[in-house]
Amino acid sequence: MKFDTIIIGGGLSALTCGIKLAKAGRDCLIIASGESALSFNSGSFGLLSRLPDGTAVEEPLKAIEQLPSSHPYVKIGIDNTRRYAASAKEFFADCGISLRGTERNLWRYTSSGKMKRCWLAMEDTTAFVSREDKVGDKALIVTVKGFQDFFPGFVAESLEKKGISCRCESIELDELDMLRSNASEMRATNIALTMEKDKIRKSFVKEISRIRQDEDMLILPQIFGYEDTRALEDIRKAVGMPVTFISTLMPSVPGIRTQKMLKKAFEAAGGTLMMGDCVTGAVIEGGKIKSVLTSNLGSYGLEADNFVLATGSFFGKGLASDFTKIYEPVLGLDVDASEKRDEWYSSSFFDRQAFIGFGVKTDNDLHPSRDGEAISNLYAAGSVLSGAESLYEGSGAGVAIITAMYAADKILEG
Amino acid sequence: METKMQEKNISANELEQCVKCTVCTAYCPVLKVSVIYPGPKQSGPDGERYRLKSSLFMDNNIKYCLNCKRCEVVCPSGVKIADIIHSARETYGRQIPKVRDFILASTDLMGSVASPFAPVVNAVTGLGATKFVLDKVMAIDHRRTFPKYSGTKFETWFRKEAAPVQGTFKKRVSYFHGCYVNYNYPQLGKDFVTLMNALGVGVDLLEKERCCGVAKISSGMFDTARKHARINIASMEKAMSDGRKVLTTSTTCTLTMKDEYPDILGLDNTSVKDGIVLAIRYIYEMLEKGEAKIAFKEGYRARAAYHVPCHMEKMGLSIFTRKLLKMIPGMELVSLDSNCCGIAGTYGFKKENYARSQAIGKALFDNINAVNPDFVACECETCKWQIEMSTAYKVKNPVSILAEAVDIEKTKKLNNA
Repeated sequence: MKFDTIIIGGGLSALTCGIKLAKAGRDCLIIASGESALSFNSGSFGLLSRLPDGTAVEEPLKAIEQLPSSHPYVKIGIDNTRRYAASAKEFFADCGISLRGTERNLWRYTSSGKMKRCWLAMEDTTAFVSREDKVGDKALIVTVKGFQDFFPGFVAESLEKKGISCRCESIELDELDMLRSNASEMRATNIALTMEKDKIRKSFVKEISRIRQDEDMLILPQIFGYEDTRALEDIRKAVGMPVTFISTLMPSVPGIRTQKMLKKAFEAAGGTLMMGDCVTGAVIEGGKIKSVLTSNLGSYGLEADNFVLATGSFFGKGLASDFTKIYEPVLGLDVDASEKRDEWYSSSFFDRQAFIGFGVKTDNDLHPSRDGEAISNLYAAGSVLSGAESLYEGSGAGVAIITAMYAADKILEG
Repeated sequence: METKMQEKNISANELEQCVKCTVCTAYCPVLKVSVIYPGPKQSGPDGERYRLKSSLFMDNNIKYCLNCKRCEVVCPSGVKIADIIHSARETYGRQIPKVRDFILASTDLMGSVASPFAPVVNAVTGLGATKFVLDKVMAIDHRRTFPKYSGTKFETWFRKEAAPVQGTFKKRVSYFHGCYVNYNYPQLGKDFVTLMNALGVGVDLLEKERCCGVAKISSGMFDTARKHARINIASMEKAMSDGRKVLTTSTTCTLTMKDEYPDILGLDNTSVKDGIVLAIRYIYEMLEKGEAKIAFKEGYRARAAYHVPCHMEKMGLSIFTRKLLKMIPGMELVSLDSNCCGIAGTYGFKKENYARSQAIGKALFDNINAVNPDFVACECETCKWQIEMSTAYKVKNPVSILAEAVDIEKTKKLNNA
């Protein structure tokens, strides 16, 4: 079976690339082995928050000039990076995903109430122009009784350092209490599904009004908006004071909703999704991939003119390691990674970790190579690429989106 | 030494690959409508760690798992969550199947008994009084419409009408028809034989075919399932000895024989696994390789909504159905959102599951109603019962859709059949 392009991977990068190609009329297949890291997204995208030397970044598109030439943003050209970054908001809006952001990084709360920089914020995320901004002086922090993936105490501790007094309450409703009979699965997504019902949301808002004293701001976990953002907008309007939503532990409601909306946009544009299948190898002839094989289809090859590898990093199984080496497990591509195991990681968990920057070696057009030979109809995109320390730099989503758009345009230019 | 250490850490169904990411929880159709089920993560890898220590940790509510395998499809770490759950039901389960479970699970035995008396059985199972008794005595829900039994079994029709001419074809396949085609809906089998013959391929039946075992696995009758599976594997080995493929029209029978035999029943099926091919894929590959040609009727018009059954999704074969149906001129194929219909074979027949089953299917039914197609295209027979009972739309297997759209006489000529 032949497609114009086959994309290996199903996360932010793969879907961005697929939507762009499908909208341009290309027959596109996405092969994804399970859901992606987008399911754990905290409600915002980062482009660049910190340079490799530790300098904090206020204007990411200016700061990219200071990145090393091995960084994906520099590899594809700084002008290209700027152009794709500027088009991102409109691209996602066309998929039904509304994002807020400016040329300057915004500030958002983390799940423990600390503040972090971000580039684009989803509707669930309250973003601030400056770190010192605050919505009010007295916060009511509300959670659902029995919900274990949100920590009001941590949030209060952080906010009080900013001079915001806090009161933590938990709400008990019969419908939500039902979920507690299954405590291990009382997750943000399950609560959000219950909160889709207007009646339950109304009772929840009524409870908030009942317990509210003189607070001027409300803090809630991200437990609204499972299918779309209707419940989110409704809550904002109904509670009668400014609401700040704070991310929960996984699975993430905004992340899963975004993933579902991107899949929908891809299929609506005519793309084909193969979920839960895994590419096991490829037939490579004359420096080009002819077809890929999958675990479900066995020896039956799927052919395409172009291929995109957007398999993610270690969690997505785009990269793997054993006792002696870091490798790319799908196609056996060349990688940029240290050969010395003791250089891979720091034994302190919260330190900067070198392995995050490892990845597939490519030329400036994002073509990977195998045994030193470039593969001319293959592009790598997203966190499988080497050169970006996404966690330290806060660049994961930016690299995923921008390199995917670049790969799609390269394919369209043919 | 290093490899040995890693090898020792491999447990059944990729248990140790679970990183507790909880994505399965977000996509489980049962959890969406009910809290009685502990959920895929807790029933599967989380619970298994405890069960390995002591069977006292076994929670019988894991039986509410539909085995739709959506958790496995979304798992980023390749854990066979549903297989862990269903293996645990056998290893640690203390529940003895009820008479009701035995009846629902014995699709083959019930079919043999009911078929000769089909008009009577169909009339009786349709009666309010019968449904009342089944509900009260057997806990088979009274709101459920029973699949009709056919008077003539597919096998009987085949031996009489089709078998004599199959010898004229050089290229041959074997057909695993399954209980549904044999007892409830022989027309699908007839459509399959007509289509294959027109494409120049002769069809034989297996020397011995038993129920694939899926209904038995879901009702906890693992030993009977294993007994039947061994007979099926032996028959298929024999049929495949001359390189022949065994084709199927049921997605669930296919998944059971290819994946559940080793993963849940612990049987070695390597000799036959790759030779079991869903008909729709076989036909597509034949056309693609130019081994057969196809001609469609002029003036065929249809607007079909395609529902991908959970097990089709798991096997990743829907691309073949999509490509084949799109070949039909005059076919407008609308994709439905990926949702479980809720019946999961015999699951939805059980009284304790009826409400849950319908609640799970609601998103799909609403989607079908909104699309308002001429009919629904779907490869699974139990999805068909569920959708036809819960909406006003007919459900057709893609093989039957093809048989309807193809100009059989022209196609025969093209293939010198």
